Parts: sequence; C-alpha cells; structure tokens
Amino acid sequence: MSAVAASAAIPVSRARRRKRIRGSSIAILVFLTMCAAFVSLPLYVVIVTSFKTMEQIALGEVFALPTEWTIEPWRMAWSEVCAGMTCEGVSHGFWVSMKILFPSLLLSIGISAVTGYALALWKIRWAGTFLFVLFLCAFVPFQIIMIPLVLLISSLGIFGTIWAVAIVHSILAMPLLTLIFRNFYKDVPEEIINAAIMDCGSFWRIFFEIILPMSANIMIVVLILMITTVWNDYLIGLIFGGVGTQPMTVILANTVITSFGVVKYNVDMAAALLTAIPPLIVYFALGKFFVQGITAGAIKG
Amino acid sequence: MPHVEFHNIVKRFGRVTVLEDLNLRVEDGEFLVLLGPSGCGKTTLLNMLAGLQEVTEGSIVIGGRDVTDLDPKDRGLAMVFQSYALYPTKTVRGNLKFGLSAQKLDRSEIERRVQWAAKLLQIDRLLDRKPAQLSGGQRQRVAIGRALVKNVDVFLFDEPLSNLDAKLRTEMRLEIKRLHQELAKTIVFVTHDQVEAMTMATRIAVMDAGVIQQIATPDEIYERPANLFVARFIGSPAMNTLKTTAVRKNGCIGAVHAPTGVHMDLSAYPFLAQPRDGDPLVIGLRPEHFTIGCDARGDVGARFSLPVRYTEKNGSDVTAFVDSADGELIAVRFDHKHHHVPKTGDVVEIHFPKDRFDVFDAVSEKRI
Repeated sequence: MSAVAASAAIPVSRARRRKRIRGSSIAILVFLTMCAAFVSLPLYVVIVTSFKTMEQIALGEVFALPTEWTIEPWRMAWSEVCAGMTCEGVSHGFWVSMKILFPSLLLSIGISAVTGYALALWKIRWAGTFLFVLFLCAFVPFQIIMIPLVLLISSLGIFGTIWAVAIVHSILAMPLLTLIFRNFYKDVPEEIINAAIMDCGSFWRIFFEIILPMSANIMIVVLILMITTVWNDYLIGLIFGGVGTQPMTVILANTVITSFGVVKYNVDMAAALLTAIPPLIVYFALGKFFVQGITAGAIKG
Repeated sequence: MPHVEFHNIVKRFGRVTVLEDLNLRVEDGEFLVLLGPSGCGKTTLLNMLAGLQEVTEGSIVIGGRDVTDLDPKDRGLAMVFQSYALYPTKTVRGNLKFGLSAQKLDRSEIERRVQWAAKLLQIDRLLDRKPAQLSGGQRQRVAIGRALVKNVDVFLFDEPLSNLDAKLRTEMRLEIKRLHQELAKTIVFVTHDQVEAMTMATRIAVMDAGVIQQIATPDEIYERPANLFVARFIGSPAMNTLKTTAVRKNGCIGAVHAPTGVHMDLSAYPFLAQPRDGDPLVIGLRPEHFTIGCDARGDVGARFSLPVRYTEKNGSDVTAFVDSADGELIAVRFDHKHHHVPKTGDVVEIHFPKDRFDVFDAVSEKRI
C-alpha cells in the first residue's frame, strides 16, 4: 500500500514542476532574452565594427566577425580623427573631460556632504522647509533654466572655460546629492553625534573626524553617480564649453557629424567606445565596496 | 566643589509639558540615581543637564556656575550613553583621545590619561582595536573610559547597563560602584532598573510623570516610601497594597480589610497624622516581612488564612501568591529551607509583624 502511494506521489510532483516551467516562466524568459538582445546586439555590432577594416564594412555584413582584426580605427579615433576644423582625435576631449570631472566632483560632493550633514545631525531652523525646496529643485528640468544660467555664468566672466562647465555641473547636482547625503546621515545613531558634541562640539572637527570616515559607502555611490552624469553629459558641455574646452562627448558628436567623403564607421565606433569606457572602469573598480557595513560596532550589535 | 542644582525646571515639547517646575540638588560626590518608568522624564532631565536638550524655563547650576545656556562641551561633564555610542571608525585609543585633543591638551598628558583610564578599566590590551572587534562588556568599558579621561567632576550615565546581559550587568554595576568610591566624583545615573538603583545609589530620586516622587537614600526609599507610587515601584515582588478602613477602638488604631475581614493592629505604626474612624487607608505589606505557618513571633499585627494560587521558586527563596478574596493576589516570600513549600490550593496561615506596616491615605496616596 505504502509503495503504491509513494510511486503515485512522485509523478504528481513531477507533473507540477513541469507545469510551472512551461507556464508563465517561459514568457518571462523570452521577454528577458529580448531585453538582453535589445541592449547587447547593438553593442556587439559596435564592438566588432570597430575592429573591422573599411573594406569589410563595405560588404555590409554587420553581424559578421572581423576577417582581419585591426586596431588601426582605435588609434585613429584616439589621435587623428577630425572634429570640425581640428584633427587631433578624441584624446583632446578626453583630457578636457577629466579636467571638468575633478572640479565638479570636488565641488558638488564637498558642498552637498557638508550641507547634508548639517541638515541631518544639527538642529537647524527651517531645515524642513529647506529640504522641501531642495526636493523641488531636484525636479526642475535643466532646459528651463538654461538661458538664465548662461547669462549668469557669462556675467561671472568664466563662460566658455572648463570652470563654467564644472560649476554648472556642481550646481545642478547639488539638490539630489544633498538629499542623498542628508538621508544617509539621518541614520547615524543620535547618541554618536551627541557623544561627539559633548566631547568636542566643533561642527568641522565632528564632520572630518567622525562623520566623514563613516561615509565611505555613500561616497562611492555618489561618486559613481556623479562620474557617470558628468562624463556622459552632452548638453552642458556643448553650451558652456568654448572652443578647446569641449568635453569628449561633444568632440565625439562633432567627429561623427563632420566626416567627409566615406563615413569611417569603424573609427566612429571606436571613438564611441573610447568615450564610454571610463564610466565602465569606475563601475568595475568601485562596485565591490558597496557591500561593506558602515556603523559596524558603533552601537549594540 | 561641584554640586548640581536644578531650579524650577520646565520642559515642554510643543504643547506637551514633560517637566513642570522641577527642583533638585545633587550634592558633591554623590551617586544620585534617577529612577522611574519609561516616559517619566528622567532621560530628558539628564539630557538637559548635559546640554543636549534645551531648557524651556528655569536654570541649571553646576558648582555655582549657571550653565543653562552653555554648550555641552563647556559644562565640565562627561556622559556614558545607553548604546555606548563609540565612534565606529576610530580605535579604542582614538575614541578615548577624541575629547582630549579637542581640548588642546598636551600630547604627553593625553597619553598619560588614556593609559590611566585603560588600566583602571582593564582595557589596556584593547587600545588598538576597533569597536566592532569588542564584546558588549568591553564596549561599555570603553564608553566609560571615554568619559573618565576627560577628568571632569560630574559624570552622567544614561541607562548604560540595559544593553548588557544579566551577568555582565552585575559585574559592571560593581565596577561603576568601585569607580565611584575610588574617584569620589559626582554621578547622576538614569535607570528604570530598581536593582541598579538600590545597589549603587547613595540617594535615589524616584520620578513619575515628570515629578520627583521621593528623593532619599535607598534604605529610606525602601523602608519608608513617601507615597503609593514609590511603594509599588520599589521592591520585587512589589509591595502588597490592601484597601482597608481605619478603625479606632479604645484609643487603639487598627484597619479592617473588608474582603477577608482581617483586622490589622496599627498601634505600633508611627503615624504622621492620625486617621479618623472610618477613613479609607491603603496598607502596604512587603512580601518578605510575612512569616508563614507556626513560627509567628509575639508581635503579630495581622493574621491571614488564605488559599495559595501560585508559587514561584527562586533558588534561595519561594514566593507564594495567596488569594486575598477580592481578586487580588498577596505575594508572600519566605525561605524554603525552613518550610515545606505549600501546594496550589493549600490554605496557609500567614502573619505580618505590627512594626512593619506602611500606611497610606487612600485619597492622597501619601504616607501618613
């Protein structure tokens, strides 16, 4: 009796499992595969094209692997390709983007970290109202304030310089970053800040000695966010950067637009990849720090 | 020398009044425990003394200096927090030094004090560890050390033992008491744990609903509670309180507990104010003053014969809960070596000595 019951039970459970696989999960798998293909197929085409010779590209088989692998398009994209009147490749734009990136990071993260710390941990009058205004600011589209911002920046006499681009980036990032920092510091145990206030009482000493060392995780999140935003930006660089101070994205666009005669697809693709690589490196390098605990051991654990 | 005075302290949060016209004086070198249930305002009072919360009205004086509007760091205080509140990214040494380097002390002086405190608290081998690498008891020692190195005269403790397990708590209790005796500093200690209060304090201020109900030595609080709140709050198991009616007969004062009909002889009780015949009284009977069975002494003030509902054994002694006939239980504690433990349902005869009663007015709930 029991053997019969057991053998009868097994097919039932098998049937149920098979049914689950055949059901909605197949639809989900198909959908996910399509999503993956949607992103990865163009990426595949970009990568293989950048290693092809122009002769092979002329054949028109976009999905074929290169018959002859060449890094010549990459070399040209980096140092020889023409953007408008200058022909020095995207390398110039790369260094401009770097020069824009560091002041932007320093300004925006520095100011918003201190503001977030003050709003979260010190008793400040109107802090709630200020936060609400910041929240609103985070949702104002850049295009609306673009023209007044141009007037403001040119009245400061820095229009067309690297500093103009960096400062505009910092200002625009401030509301969001301040909110992020404020929410992070809100979770610092109140007793730690109280202990620090009783020990020392100095706003800056507490920030630099106690709070900043606890901020590694949020710093990495914000760094990734800012590096990606600043590096991938096109509009601000185009408007506020002058001749010779345009970031890599603008140079890339000009390169692609102003090709004479035969369009060198392989060089264009290589230039695009060169522009996209730095944020990727940042992701891979910093991603592993995400998981570390912050307040471990500070309080009862 | 620093004594701490609170003058007419009022504290409001919006429309909610937490403390109303509170006055308190902590003597120099005293170990004062603020004891009360949660929400009674004891932590608020401590935070105001520390300067972490503002005083709505009134003033705080430390050692003759009005500190009401001073910054926390300028008040000459050190505080130990409930959650330890160690700086997670600093080593133990860094935690101890932080407050000192902020005072711009000499480097050798800082090092000397850190070594002194580490030695005193036996954490000298842990100085280079991070808080995450310490056990709960060690973290608590570091938190105390961080207060000690500041070399101030007044220490504040905000329920520092409530995160520790029972054994560690007992150890730290002795440790803190030893520190108080060695250093002879003023300590204000907030807790809701009556055992901590009774064992460590030189004086206890029992608080309830923002009001100090009684401030006295632990013995005084225990032996002569000023009102029913204090009487019921202190003692484990809590004091039994029976609603009775005063009876005057031939110049002798007694009280009758209606549900059991027991007459209590209050002739040995030192009344502050004599009750009149028929006044409602609440009589307090500490569980451990009862005697059970036949070894009653000659000075019996009340004699009950009641059925046992539950018994609890606690190693050295037994608590029996007997039914007082009006739904309430009377706790009776006795040493089980000398008696057999009564079973549930047994009717036991219990006696209460006449010089051990606590008598309260049923209306004002004050001791009379």
